[in-house]
Amino acid sequence: MSSHYEAPIRKPLIIGDKSYHDVTVDVARPVEGRANKQWWIAFTIALAAFLWGVGCVAYTVGTGIGTWGSNKTIGWAWDITNFVWWVGIGHAGTLISAVLLLFRQKWRMAINRSAEAMTIFSVIQAAMFPVFHMGRPWLAYWVMPIPNQFGSLWVNFNSPLLWDVFAISTYLSVSLVFWWTGLLPDFAMLRDRAITPFTKRVYSILSFGWSGRAKDWQRFEEVSLVLAGLATPLVLSVHTIVSFDFATSVIPGWHTTILPPYFVAGAIFSGFAMVNTLLIIMRKVSNLEAYITVQHIELMNIVIMITGSIVGVAYITELFIAWYSGVEYEQYAFINRATGPYWWSYWLMMTCNVISPQVMWFKKIRTSIMVSFIISIVVNVGMWFERFVIIVTSLHRDYLPSSWTMFQPTFVDAGFYIGTIGFFFVLFLLYSRSFPVIAQAEVKSIMKTSSEKYKKLHESHDNHSHSEHNHH
Amino acid sequence: MYTFSSKLKTLAFILMVVGIIGVGYSFFTAPKTLEEAEAIIAAQHHGGHGEAAHHEGTHSETHENKADEAHVTHVEDTVKEGHKLTDEEKAHLASDSVSSIVATAPAAHDSAVAEESHEAHAEAAVAGHDAHKAHDAHATHDEHKEHAEHVFHQLQNKPWAAVYVAALFFMLISLGVLAFYAIQNAAQAGWSPVLFRVMEGITSYLIPGAIIVFIFLVVGVLHFHHLFIWLDPEVVAEDHLIQQKSGYLNGTFFLIRAAVFIGGWIFYRQYSRKQSLAQDEATDNLSYKKSFKGAAAFLVFFIVSESIMSWDWIMSVDPHWYSTLFGWYVFASFFVSGITTIALITLYLKSKGYLEYVNTSHIHDLAKFMFGISVFWTYLWFSQFMLMWYADMPEEVVYFKMRIENYNLPFFGMVAMNFLFPVLILINTDFKRLSWIIVMAGIVILLGHYIDFFNMIMPATVGDQWFIGAGEIGAVLFFLGLFILVVFTALTKVPLLAKRNPLIEESKHFHY
Repeated sequence: MSSHYEAPIRKPLIIGDKSYHDVTVDVARPVEGRANKQWWIAFTIALAAFLWGVGCVAYTVGTGIGTWGSNKTIGWAWDITNFVWWVGIGHAGTLISAVLLLFRQKWRMAINRSAEAMTIFSVIQAAMFPVFHMGRPWLAYWVMPIPNQFGSLWVNFNSPLLWDVFAISTYLSVSLVFWWTGLLPDFAMLRDRAITPFTKRVYSILSFGWSGRAKDWQRFEEVSLVLAGLATPLVLSVHTIVSFDFATSVIPGWHTTILPPYFVAGAIFSGFAMVNTLLIIMRKVSNLEAYITVQHIELMNIVIMITGSIVGVAYITELFIAWYSGVEYEQYAFINRATGPYWWSYWLMMTCNVISPQVMWFKKIRTSIMVSFIISIVVNVGMWFERFVIIVTSLHRDYLPSSWTMFQPTFVDAGFYIGTIGFFFVLFLLYSRSFPVIAQAEVKSIMKTSSEKYKKLHESHDNHSHSEHNHH
Repeated sequence: MYTFSSKLKTLAFILMVVGIIGVGYSFFTAPKTLEEAEAIIAAQHHGGHGEAAHHEGTHSETHENKADEAHVTHVEDTVKEGHKLTDEEKAHLASDSVSSIVATAPAAHDSAVAEESHEAHAEAAVAGHDAHKAHDAHATHDEHKEHAEHVFHQLQNKPWAAVYVAALFFMLISLGVLAFYAIQNAAQAGWSPVLFRVMEGITSYLIPGAIIVFIFLVVGVLHFHHLFIWLDPEVVAEDHLIQQKSGYLNGTFFLIRAAVFIGGWIFYRQYSRKQSLAQDEATDNLSYKKSFKGAAAFLVFFIVSESIMSWDWIMSVDPHWYSTLFGWYVFASFFVSGITTIALITLYLKSKGYLEYVNTSHIHDLAKFMFGISVFWTYLWFSQFMLMWYADMPEEVVYFKMRIENYNLPFFGMVAMNFLFPVLILINTDFKRLSWIIVMAGIVILLGHYIDFFNMIMPATVGDQWFIGAGEIGAVLFFLGLFILVVFTALTKVPLLAKRNPLIEESKHFHY
């Protein structure tokens, strides 16, 4: 496809004297080895949080939505906040696997697998909120346009909440197919290396009989490109539709046209931060520092910085237009955010989302793994508060002052949220021990252009022969 | 080195001369006095029965709309009357078209309330009050005069608005290319350095183009034209909404902002060009690094200045209307036009044998950007439109109501031109490598985005008096000629291939 010549100024993406075989061994090691004590500790904690969440959800469904802190004015609070937050996090996976593929970013090769896993696991978390925030979740299937015995009673296609159903379910399906397709050559690699009959059997089933013929590879690449082309508008539209839940309303603070692209920018922002959080740990515990290099972290930090700035511009735009509109409700919505009873959440959001990513302008900071790790968590805290601020501060004070009220979450609200975090890590920890966490087939495809070893070879070759760069 | 073909140069001069004649003609034929405007209105409405029937249609509709207004008591009578009088009115319209206009004046005003163009605001109340009266055959002279004045201002605006849309459009194309160029530099793109000199050539138009736009704004602040009604103290005096905004919307601050933005853009353009040329002769990569840093800094400045620019220069022609998405929507529109222009000029130069290292893969990449950003534009267009349509809040939906009623074809036609056509034709990989397909899609995209800017400016300035005639076409031709002249002159100044850019080898060997 693209040229095999690479400019000398580009830094290597694979560090050290790695051969093709080394890549295989390095990627297979965590899967083929046994889990250590720390893994079991982490897994137990995550599982406990998950089970606690299951208990909270069971309690909610059994007793009623009134166990939550939502009230007559604030019908949406933590439930939708967490939903949007999880969906947003999921977006980075598709961004990395699809958008960066379209832009031919070779550095995506080492991170796309984990980013996609993160997408799928976080969309699963997100998808639970639309179901369990229903008053009657056992009737959730009514949102589907299924022919029925009520004279074919249908759904109303005008509601963004219904669009959400289609958006999220399509998004999850497409992401899953995209992810799994990419896994086929890697599962085949694990299958071919398997020693025990059990693992041989498991990875044989998972790899769908992949044999890696030229024709297969050719179609594999085409499918990846087509799916990337489809996933890109999908990822934009999914978070856009999520933003429509608010923007189509008439609530001051919600009804604003910038919400679709700004939610998408926020999703990339928080999603990349989450990828950074996870990969900084993973590269360490799975010994993948040669593949997930400081340059990868730096580039993710740059994406975080850019999207953080876009989000910042959107905040300022909203503030300016609220003043410019001359609509006092709109003006008050923003005064209330900045100075009302939830001022602390607004300023926390502003600090975490607008100021913290700006430190990435300094190379020293964005190449520091420690600082990147901290900022990546700060960003996700900030993005949780962004959703909280948009949802709660717009609802708790709007048109009629007689309806003004406050929101106080209960332990059930918190328990459900903690449960999803636990479930996410249960899935992610299981994934990291049973799946090839780096797309080895893809990494091998950039070996000759972008690994440290081959870059050195090219350099010495060029110096000796003074050739024009015609390696392809 | 590129030599400006004498044929192309002649063409540029011809375009400019024809353009000036067209613009001059439209200024010359614009009404100078109220009486002239009245004569033009009268002439328009002697047009024929079709038009009379049309007026009759809007007429009864208007009365139904009036039900929403304050005069509930009158409404029933009015509507009844409206139906009863239909035949009578027809006769009336045929015999005296001027008074038919008076009768339909509130209809125009009603959508003008929507539009909140020029005096619409001041007249809105009047129009509401007088709705039933105006319907009456005994229309007063006051209303007639008011309507005539309204149309008079719109007709006076027409040649100015035509020049403004074209001046803005070509300047923004150049700015879009500058943004694309900065992105390519900051992203360390490996495919595009062979196109850098083409892009630098196109951005050379930014200097005269932006200065012309600035002069146009100064002329507005000096009250020679009235495209920005918030500059008119009489309008502001009666309009409390504009008064509230006058801390931001005032002539001095407006010009300061414009000067800062234009200054910043031109500065970066000159700076990046200088570094790009310096890198050709350098022995190290210092200039390249400066270009990289400059591009990053410019992009930060750009995202802020572009947003504010679009509020100032475009959104403020409708000073009552606002949309948070507007800045990014405007950006998508001129960004895709800029990329299209790069593709068209690259193909032209390639066809003349000037761009040795440009191959179909480079064209393919440009075409992908044309495709992708067209989709992005549509996404933003739809988001803005759908959200306002869905919520249907009167203070903002009027913007689209006016456009759908009076600009139906341009409003929806541009969606076909800017989305349907390029997306359907550019989805094919093989097509993205065919010059004639790119040229065809490119021309449609450029025309479509001209209409996009037309749709943003015209409804507020000329209302339902719009027409694509001598003034509009003349202005486009003039600026097209100037654009060709400036851009191709700049292309002759330096070699068309950047020499020592660290990524140039990647770009030369690029194939996809």
